[in-house]
Amino acid sequence: MRLIANRQAYVQGMKDCSPFIVIVVPFSALFGMVATDAGLNILQVVAMSAIVIAGSAQFTALSLLQEGAPVFVVLLASLAVNMRMAMYSAALVPHIGGASLGLRMLMAYVMVDQTYAVSVQTYEANPAMPQDAKISYYFGCITVVCLPWYICTFLGALLGQAVPASLSPDFAVPVCFIALFAPMLRSLPHLVAAGVSIAAAVVFSGLPWNFGLIVAALLAMVAGAQVEFWQRRRAARAAQVSHD
Amino acid sequence: MIDNGTFWLVTLVLGIGTYLIRFSFLGLLGGRQLPDWLLTHLRYVGVAVLPAMVTPMILWPAAHGGAFDPLRMLAAMAALAAGWRLGVMWAIFIGMGSLWALQWLVGFA
Repeated sequence: MRLIANRQAYVQGMKDCSPFIVIVVPFSALFGMVATDAGLNILQVVAMSAIVIAGSAQFTALSLLQEGAPVFVVLLASLAVNMRMAMYSAALVPHIGGASLGLRMLMAYVMVDQTYAVSVQTYEANPAMPQDAKISYYFGCITVVCLPWYICTFLGALLGQAVPASLSPDFAVPVCFIALFAPMLRSLPHLVAAGVSIAAAVVFSGLPWNFGLIVAALLAMVAGAQVEFWQRRRAARAAQVSHD
Repeated sequence: MIDNGTFWLVTLVLGIGTYLIRFSFLGLLGGRQLPDWLLTHLRYVGVAVLPAMVTPMILWPAAHGGAFDPLRMLAAMAALAAGWRLGVMWAIFIGMGSLWALQWLVGFA
């Protein structure tokens, strides 16, 4: 199977993910700056971004390393931040799971919040999309998210204080996540899941090593699914009544 | 100062661990058909994970010393409304733009 079998879908993926360039550029440059400030050299900064490609986990690891936390605590806390990607990985199976092992290995390496969220929304909106097109679309998303990620981490490390702190570049991170989930709030189960997610994130914020995130995400998934099951039962009952 | 050996150990183990997490289901399940109850849960992964990631960043922003910042809260609400009604691009521009506008206004007061 070719990497980009469907050129049109590839370009569409690039287009649909392009708004995130605005986020990825300052975010990765910020990581480069903060990491250099923490005493890492340029090779270390770029290697970390290329090996891990997960901004939130990299920031977590970096700040714990700076605090001198034990290595296993650093690893546990930052891997807990990334556990969400197991859920992304599962959610992608029905759409691109049929790809060859080599392609799946590559698609796993570049699986990030943006590529997951944007591509799954497109797949769900277009159930008739053939798998080749879905895979090409996925790589289109990756191209505009991951390439700037590498390049701007390097530039951030090289240029130092390229983005002034007065512009609050830290705020680009929550804004990015909001931009990813706000358009998903299209049905009652989605709204309930998001509400449970927020409430549980507050309730479990005291759990050590970011485990609150995992607990909140699992509870919210169950809540969304339960509301959907309830809606289906209600629709089935209504259909039965009108039948009688 | 972060010790060189510690840095590489953390980076490599974190990289391998993260890769295995990403590969997990997609790699091992491949094209297998998943049961309906599981698919129903997976539909809510995005709205289950992302709000829980955002919430502490808005309530206790590190750049604000971990203290609540009403400006960041307002800008986050604006981004949410814009993303919901208008789409991704607007969420980003209105989110960042409203924070800068609010900070600028407060700077005057």
